[in-house]
Amino acid sequence: MSLDDLYKEVILDHFQHPRNRGVLDDPDVATRGHNPLCGDEVLLAVKMDGDVIQDIAFGGRGCSISQASASMMTESVKGHDTSDASALADGFKELMSGGGSTDRLAGNEDLESLQGVKKFPVRVKCALLPWTALLEIIQTWESAPGHPSSIVG
Amino acid sequence: MAEHTTDSAGSNGSGHAPLDVAAIRRDFPILQRRVHDKPLVYLDNAATSQKPRQVIQALVDYYEQSNANIHRGIHTLAEEATGLYEDARAKAARFIGANSSDEVILTRNTTEALNLVAYTWASDNIGPRDEIVITTMEHHSNIVPWQWLVQRNGAVLKYVEVGADGQLDLAQVELAVTPRTKLVSMMHMSNVLGTINPVKEIAKIAHRNGALMLVDGAQSVPHIPVDVKDLDCDFLAFSSHKMMGPTGVGVLWGRRSVLEGMRPFLGGGEMIDIVERQTATYNVLPWKFEAGTPNIGDVIAFGAAIDYLSGLGMDRVREHEIEITGYALKKIGAIPGVTIFGPKNASERGGVVAFTVDGVHPHDLGQIVDYEGVAIRAGQHCCQVLSTSIGVPATARASFYVYNTPEDVDALVAAVEAARDIFATEVAPVVAR
Repeated sequence: MSLDDLYKEVILDHFQHPRNRGVLDDPDVATRGHNPLCGDEVLLAVKMDGDVIQDIAFGGRGCSISQASASMMTESVKGHDTSDASALADGFKELMSGGGSTDRLAGNEDLESLQGVKKFPVRVKCALLPWTALLEIIQTWESAPGHPSSIVG
Repeated sequence: MAEHTTDSAGSNGSGHAPLDVAAIRRDFPILQRRVHDKPLVYLDNAATSQKPRQVIQALVDYYEQSNANIHRGIHTLAEEATGLYEDARAKAARFIGANSSDEVILTRNTTEALNLVAYTWASDNIGPRDEIVITTMEHHSNIVPWQWLVQRNGAVLKYVEVGADGQLDLAQVELAVTPRTKLVSMMHMSNVLGTINPVKEIAKIAHRNGALMLVDGAQSVPHIPVDVKDLDCDFLAFSSHKMMGPTGVGVLWGRRSVLEGMRPFLGGGEMIDIVERQTATYNVLPWKFEAGTPNIGDVIAFGAAIDYLSGLGMDRVREHEIEITGYALKKIGAIPGVTIFGPKNASERGGVVAFTVDGVHPHDLGQIVDYEGVAIRAGQHCCQVLSTSIGVPATARASFYVYNTPEDVDALVAAVEAARDIFATEVAPVVAR
């Protein structure tokens, strides 16, 4: 176990040059993820087109792992529909859990680089923070009035 | 009995010779261990302190020689255990200058001590529109119990703001405390800013307005001389584990006249006098607040921790920490991009240095310095209201105790430089991977 497993170049790249960082003018759903232990905060907002995440942006403040993970997450789900995004989020959570594998990451090498975080149990929460916020957003969207899945047959 | 080596560190508590830190370090077995193949540099004392072998040995001695339930057996072990337990209470009473052991209630920790006051005295004596005054630097344990209380009874929770210099302004305290105020509750020493609050002066303001004064001494009692008669407060709460004792033991000291007027907290064994089918009468102080079998072994070892600190002398503990904190303020402050929070002068603050480093999040900093064997804390330190007030979501915090040396500070500074190197290296942006 070494620090290089954690601070990989690709992670530092996403931390220093975050993708999709900012605010959306008129988001359909927005949420705030928060880790009270360390003060990390991720603000996440999406613009939807049907079930497709047409645009996504994140803000907030946090450590390199939470911010890099948020950057990678937004890049991975932008333009995808909610079922793909949910599957990827579940796959990422599985990766971060004990015996997780990278099988369900659809070959996304940036996300695979985060598997080193698993060796630092305290930091797993940091990596998961934006993904938990994403799943919350999808759930809110899918249970919103008028959404087909919210109409119980 | 354990062999004591603290004699060389000085048994004359009032002496002015500095502490023999090398001798003290030999009393703490954990300081011999290595972390990530580096010598441990333990700088997280505000979270919990390490334990000398005299304390560890007291636990072993108790469980190997005297283990029994207290206050109820007539056999030898029960008498020994009861004696040792009550001795520890008496040591705690002497340590804070209390008039009597009866005023020392043993709890699980500072948090439980604060909750005890909230659920008994405060519930019975604070009503609708009455005020509780606290500060924005409080630990969550001195905020949440009062939030619950005012939600239950319609009282008002007021805050005194911390100034930009990390200090309280007594004029602001004067404004906040009114004849409607029933309780003023604040920390003696901040676990983030290191600020030492003028609780003695504030107790006078509280009393002038007819309010009681509660002092959260979790950070002060382990590090500076504290005398409840001198402070003239009404309650003082603190924890064993931050002053070399075991976890699971705390103290609520209360002024006798106040404690006697309070109803009990938890009901059960030990706290009763006569129990009938529908009613009961209660034990005298301090046992009326100690329902159930207490944490006997840890309380006894807490007594050994008080012996150890008393042997060093709290004046000398304080002098050592002023010296090491001054050195840390100078060395950490000289690192480019560092911001240090709290009072600038070591003699005005406790041995706690919270700081941020530009471009390195405290969480990353904590992780990287750990790889150099250096243990610090990163985050909000259970003070979210303070974080919001000063607009700093998270800080890294180094906190010192008697066994820390200037070399420990040097190790921290080198580790912080290593963290800056990792994050200062600009990674080329990757457009498509």
